Amino acid sequence: MDLASVTISMISMGGMGALFATGLAVANKKFHVEEDPRISQVLDALPGANCGGCGLPGCASFANTIVNGEIGLGGCPVCNDDARETIAGILGLEAAKGEKIVARVLCQGGNYESASKGDYLGIEKCTAAHITGGGDKLCLYGCLGYGECVDSCPFDAMYMSENGLPVIIEDKCTGCGNCAEACPRDIIEMHPVSDTVFIACKNQDSPRDARKVCTRACVGCSLCVRGVDEGLMTMENNLARIDYHLYGQTHELPTAKCPTQAIVLMESVPEDDPSITTRVVHEKEALSA
Amino acid sequence: MSYFLLFFSAAIVNNFVLSYFLGICPFVGVSKKVSSAVSMGLAVTFVMLISSVVTWLIYHLLLVPFEMEILEYVSFILVIASLVQLVEMFIRKVSKPLYDTMGIYLPLITTNCAILGLALFSVLRNYGFLESVVFGLGAGVGFTLALVIMAGIREELELAPVPKYFQGAAITMIVAGGLALAFMGFAGMI
Repeated sequence: MDLASVTISMISMGGMGALFATGLAVANKKFHVEEDPRISQVLDALPGANCGGCGLPGCASFANTIVNGEIGLGGCPVCNDDARETIAGILGLEAAKGEKIVARVLCQGGNYESASKGDYLGIEKCTAAHITGGGDKLCLYGCLGYGECVDSCPFDAMYMSENGLPVIIEDKCTGCGNCAEACPRDIIEMHPVSDTVFIACKNQDSPRDARKVCTRACVGCSLCVRGVDEGLMTMENNLARIDYHLYGQTHELPTAKCPTQAIVLMESVPEDDPSITTRVVHEKEALSA
Repeated sequence: MSYFLLFFSAAIVNNFVLSYFLGICPFVGVSKKVSSAVSMGLAVTFVMLISSVVTWLIYHLLLVPFEMEILEYVSFILVIASLVQLVEMFIRKVSKPLYDTMGIYLPLITTNCAILGLALFSVLRNYGFLESVVFGLGAGVGFTLALVIMAGIREELELAPVPKYFQGAAITMIVAGGLALAFMGFAGMI
């Protein structure tokens, strides 16, 4: 390699590059497509991780969709509030903040509360236990306790409590919904963080049977329904249901009325204190007593 | 006659996708619908044709006289990337739905090994200018052919009672293998 060939290489390659660049620049002018300028502004404000959390192929197509108004601001689960505000500003939307969605574990049948039907010796996975014999708990609707949801969490926002129930660390939860998908019994649901009162039970057994399988089961007594405004709570398949639309307006807390403490006030578990084994008010009191 | 043979060699007997296994990415990615497969094939054919012309000129008029053959990869990729950008702009201008259908696979033509392979083959085999052009055209037609056949089969597959665990990617791979096997039947004819 002598100096001459280096020079020639540089000149020729540089020349080619310049030539093609000019050609492309001309073509760009000629084939220019008018595009909504907001799309590129929104794209700049988005995280740009192309994670697919919104269900679309990437941030570019999310930007496209949101400018067309086909998806809401909350569609991007990774955006922080600042980014949401920026995007809302670009699109001229008023209701800026999409509320944070977190996972809620709707079962209190841990090792202490639920009745056992024997030992389960199979594969220690919820899915396996669910399809074979239903694990070692008597309840056919409750948490199996093998922590497949915790394994599925990509953000370390969950752990199994000593009581054998999954706990969500709300600060870390991004609302991706992986855990809700992983649970074979659909115990984990995604809810806005402002909804704090829950029927933490999925048991649909008759009142008599429900009482037998778990001390915290909703037994379908409908005491809660009688005490509150019309329509706020309803009974469905031996299970109480809260209408969160009405709940948001009235802010009544029917927790105290439940004889089995199946209605709970969910409390956020601080990230720095994993020693708290439960995340609901009732259970904490019961354990400390 | 030899040009005719060269064309069919590149298009069918030594098909780039099904015999050399080059450019598999769009072959699997853009073969869900015949219409998008045709336009993808045309885009690749255009890039192949023009790049075979330009790379031949660059190689024989610039790199060989100055003894800079070592730069062939760099310069060929430069040509291909620029051409793909041009095609992308053009398609975006002409048909936005088509642009959306092709999605990421359109800019990925840049890194499509079939196109770089074409340029390198024609250097390796010492093709003349016209031969090189015919070779590029044949390769493009062959690529389009493979894509369209695949898309046709996959459209039919949508209606076929594929067993659950073979659905999606698995059956696509099996079909691709079967197609390649069929094209291998032409091996050695030319």
